[in-house]
Amino acid sequence: MSVQVPPVIVGAGPAGIRAAQALVGRGLRPVMVDEAPRWGGQIYRQPPAHFQRSKKALYGWESGRADAVHEAMSGVLDRVDYRPDTLVWNAEAGHLDLLHQGRTSTLAYSQLIVASGATDRILPFIGWTKPGVYTLGGAQVALKYQGCAIGSKVVFLGTGPLLYLIAYQYALAGANVAAVLDTATLADQVAAAPALLARPSVLAKGLYYLAWLRAHGVRLQGGVRALRVLGDARTEALVWADARGEHTLACDAVGFGYALRSETQLADLLGCRFRFDDLARAWLPERDVAGRSSVPGIYLAGDGVGIMGADAAEWAGERAALALLSDNGHALDAPGRTRAAALERRLAGAARFRGGLERAFPFPLRWADQAPDELVVCRCEEVTAGDLRRTVSSTGATELNRLKAFCRVGMGRCQGRMCAAAAAEILAHCSGQQPAQVGRLRGQAPVKPIPFMDCAPADSLPREESA
Amino acid sequence: MSDPQPIGPTPASQFVRLAETQREPVPFTLDGRACHGLAGDTILTAVLAHGLVLRHADFSGEARAGFCLMGACQDCWILTAGGQRLRACTTFIAPGMNLRTRRPGDA
Repeated sequence: MSVQVPPVIVGAGPAGIRAAQALVGRGLRPVMVDEAPRWGGQIYRQPPAHFQRSKKALYGWESGRADAVHEAMSGVLDRVDYRPDTLVWNAEAGHLDLLHQGRTSTLAYSQLIVASGATDRILPFIGWTKPGVYTLGGAQVALKYQGCAIGSKVVFLGTGPLLYLIAYQYALAGANVAAVLDTATLADQVAAAPALLARPSVLAKGLYYLAWLRAHGVRLQGGVRALRVLGDARTEALVWADARGEHTLACDAVGFGYALRSETQLADLLGCRFRFDDLARAWLPERDVAGRSSVPGIYLAGDGVGIMGADAAEWAGERAALALLSDNGHALDAPGRTRAAALERRLAGAARFRGGLERAFPFPLRWADQAPDELVVCRCEEVTAGDLRRTVSSTGATELNRLKAFCRVGMGRCQGRMCAAAAAEILAHCSGQQPAQVGRLRGQAPVKPIPFMDCAPADSLPREESA
Repeated sequence: MSDPQPIGPTPASQFVRLAETQREPVPFTLDGRACHGLAGDTILTAVLAHGLVLRHADFSGEARAGFCLMGACQDCWILTAGGQRLRACTTFIAPGMNLRTRRPGDA
């Protein structure tokens, strides 16, 4: 029997797990590489094994879905080459570079499904680098994964459905939620209602969180603008503004975010073609309805290729796996074709809903205009909004990678994950362009820091063999 | 090595434990101070249940205490007494870890 190069799935969240299940169902044995120690992704992240809380306590109304996704992975574990705690730090045609327990290796793939997920989209305010200020997703990780609140008096800030979900989860778990401050307005949410009715049960949950928070005395405020965190080396208060003026709210922690942004570095390193997505206000890899990228053999699924949420990630992961199978000589039978069509219909519905969410929680379009010069935009290299504006004015830079070369924005350890959205907004604003015109930061390997001693020449690395 | 002294959360701690508190204590040292976390804590959780800081920014020296908690922002790398750097949000606390929020000799 000849040694076959396997298909590889990157990411063990809802998209990756449903992809693995579909491949296993057709007799393939995929390799699944995931940076986390346990499967589930961020949304269905599992706490360490000996933790006690029930899935109901951890995932609330989504506990059924979380359990189904977790069980789907358990059910195929003996037929998947599952590699947890493993970072994919580079991706090229035909192979990935991995880091596991401080050691690098390479992994050959025949076809590749990238389900790399998302992180919070960050639009900073003064003091966002201080201890006590976290992303909304980070605040949720603290609770779900560690049983902790990010502080003893927490403000949640920004916009997007996560804002209310996390405030609800915190309050339900006994945390002191001082306020939920939304940059969107009630009028935005009313205008979005028709599109949100594409998924009435999801809309109903959102309305429930709002009503619950209000009934439990949590302050909910729309139409706000974050100004600054007060405190010397810690968070002591948040200053924010609305139409009536400035307000100061005592707190020792802030969780904030403005919806999510896709993790696209691996697709970029693989040479996938990108296009500007107006809804996401970001460059995203192109894909067809089945998840095929512009590069043959590379498939993209889940929030890593466009923010659609966890349910849609499951559908997209399975659909991408069916595409991989049919491209790989496993022509879909009639039930397979029916299933593929059903998944595509569900994904189209999710896309309509996504449009509604964007209306309900719109991007704060005046953010760049209002960002003060002293605002730190890049927390790694400590580049301010003023630095960016002065660089644009003195060099004439109109493109994001040029701006990075001149002033180091996005050049630090996070590779622009935290600052690229904000830097692009400021560059577009002060050079009189649209965000689509300023380009995007090119992906660079390693996508995350790896130990220097492990950066051996590729030829000297042991090559992973597959059975 | 002295015996670890269990030290409860102080008003100068960032994180508040709400659940899962019945876990085995894990002794560690933070800037020379004996502390304990709980089995299954990340370094970030264990440290921020005792303090406010994980590291200091490379240029300004300002205190930092992590940000994304999911391995994306890289702003929670903490030092060990041996000079190793560990990403605090994705590394579990282990007995006897000797952690530092700044390099010896730095202000």
